[in-house]
Amino acid sequence: MPSLGADMEFGTLLEWRVKPGDVVKRGDIVAVVDTSKAEIEVEVFEDGVIDELLVPEGTARVPVGTVLATLRTGGGEVTPPAGAAAAAAATSPPEVAAVAEELPAEAPPTQPAPDTAVAEVSTAEIHPAGEHRLHVSPVARRVAEQLGVDLATVTGTGTEGAITKADVERAAAAVVLPTAPTPSAATAPSPPAAPAPPAPAAETAERQAAMRQAIGALMARSKREIPHYYLQHEVDMTRAMAWLAQENLRRSVSERLLPSVLLLSAVARAVAQTPAMNGFWVDGAFQPGEGVHLGVAVSLRGGGLIAPAIHDADGKSLDELMAALHDLVARARSGRLRSSEMSDPTITVTNLGEAGVDLVHGVIYAPQVALVGFGGIRERPWAADGMLGSRPTVYATLAADHRASDGHAGSRFLALIERLLQNPEEL
Amino acid sequence: MNEQELREVLIDALTQIAPEIDAAQIDPQADLAEQLDIDSMDFLNVVVALHERTGIEIPERDYGKLATLDDAVAYLAAAQ
Repeated sequence: MPSLGADMEFGTLLEWRVKPGDVVKRGDIVAVVDTSKAEIEVEVFEDGVIDELLVPEGTARVPVGTVLATLRTGGGEVTPPAGAAAAAAATSPPEVAAVAEELPAEAPPTQPAPDTAVAEVSTAEIHPAGEHRLHVSPVARRVAEQLGVDLATVTGTGTEGAITKADVERAAAAVVLPTAPTPSAATAPSPPAAPAPPAPAAETAERQAAMRQAIGALMARSKREIPHYYLQHEVDMTRAMAWLAQENLRRSVSERLLPSVLLLSAVARAVAQTPAMNGFWVDGAFQPGEGVHLGVAVSLRGGGLIAPAIHDADGKSLDELMAALHDLVARARSGRLRSSEMSDPTITVTNLGEAGVDLVHGVIYAPQVALVGFGGIRERPWAADGMLGSRPTVYATLAADHRASDGHAGSRFLALIERLLQNPEEL
Repeated sequence: MNEQELREVLIDALTQIAPEIDAAQIDPQADLAEQLDIDSMDFLNVVVALHERTGIEIPERDYGKLATLDDAVAYLAAAQ
């Protein structure tokens, strides 16, 4: 079970996309895992042949580091931390990789969690005797889980009988719910597999609670362990916004750029020149990131936060960044993210949006060493050349790990971001 | 399209972005972004969806004229 974000301790194995004997190439999606935040597509990080699937579909609360499957690589030998676990070993900071590597070669698949049996039963219902599996859209699956609908009982009306969100909602409306949940159900510390499916409200609340718990655990760790220092700088956005307005004027609606893309690009390019901000603090030492993988904090509807990565952001054009951001936000909110996006951001950007409040002093996403924040872009008083006027400005902030860098380096970093934003045509 | 049809197209685009909203609950004269908690990416998606459905290409400088449901419908009706 790969670590899909530093705040993850367990995952639910939703689905295998491969079976023993399948030939896989690095980057292929082999499984889908549900963290408390999102459904993540797990990529394999080595070429090979799937040897054995050790954890059945539907298994809940599989600890991070558990071997999910074994993979035969080139020489024909069986690699234990293969398949999904290799994803953690290959891309995560050593701390996480060590967990996977420490596992004995003959590791038992997983400690059967108390609710494993129940989860397996429900899987069996969804895929009767492993025969033709149901076509279910990710959104429909999510809604079914939230509403407590058994997918096996739903009639699909989509393409080739696929079950859509509307089908699930219809089925939910037709279901007479079991007894109402007791008020304490949502707050009880993850009870071992209730025999009856919980009512929808309780399940949504439980999911929300799990997400808050995950965010809380990571943020508490960050605040406890990382000696943050904070810097802020007001950046003149006159040129950037004027250039953007001109640019968007000649573009069709679907090709327009958002101001946040300029900000992301400036950060990515500044990070590429400031290695001390890009990487991880692991085992008492700074480990530079390989490449600039920009974590982008995406707020989820209904609450919660997820910060997947745009890979090699410093080499991307504004159009490429816009496309990547569009895709990432859409998948973070409704669809699926990939394991590499979750496990390897080297620095994170949090952007409150153009209409947001003035500034944000962020909490570093451990084990990263820096977080850049942007507040709303708006007209503010600006003094220049002995004159007071008004200009569109944005407050750029930096929260950085004092173990890895000092305020002087941080100050130069924010100044560099400002400089880059003065030449938007070069971003 | 008449105003009612435009309103339906707009509400449809909004519910694509915020599936949990109840269209009947939208206050037609209150700020949409604030009511529905939509950000600039969401808004751009609405503008793209409106373009696809109505052919109307809303320039950026007019975004402010689509602040509420009523304003947006009036804008679209005039822009046809």
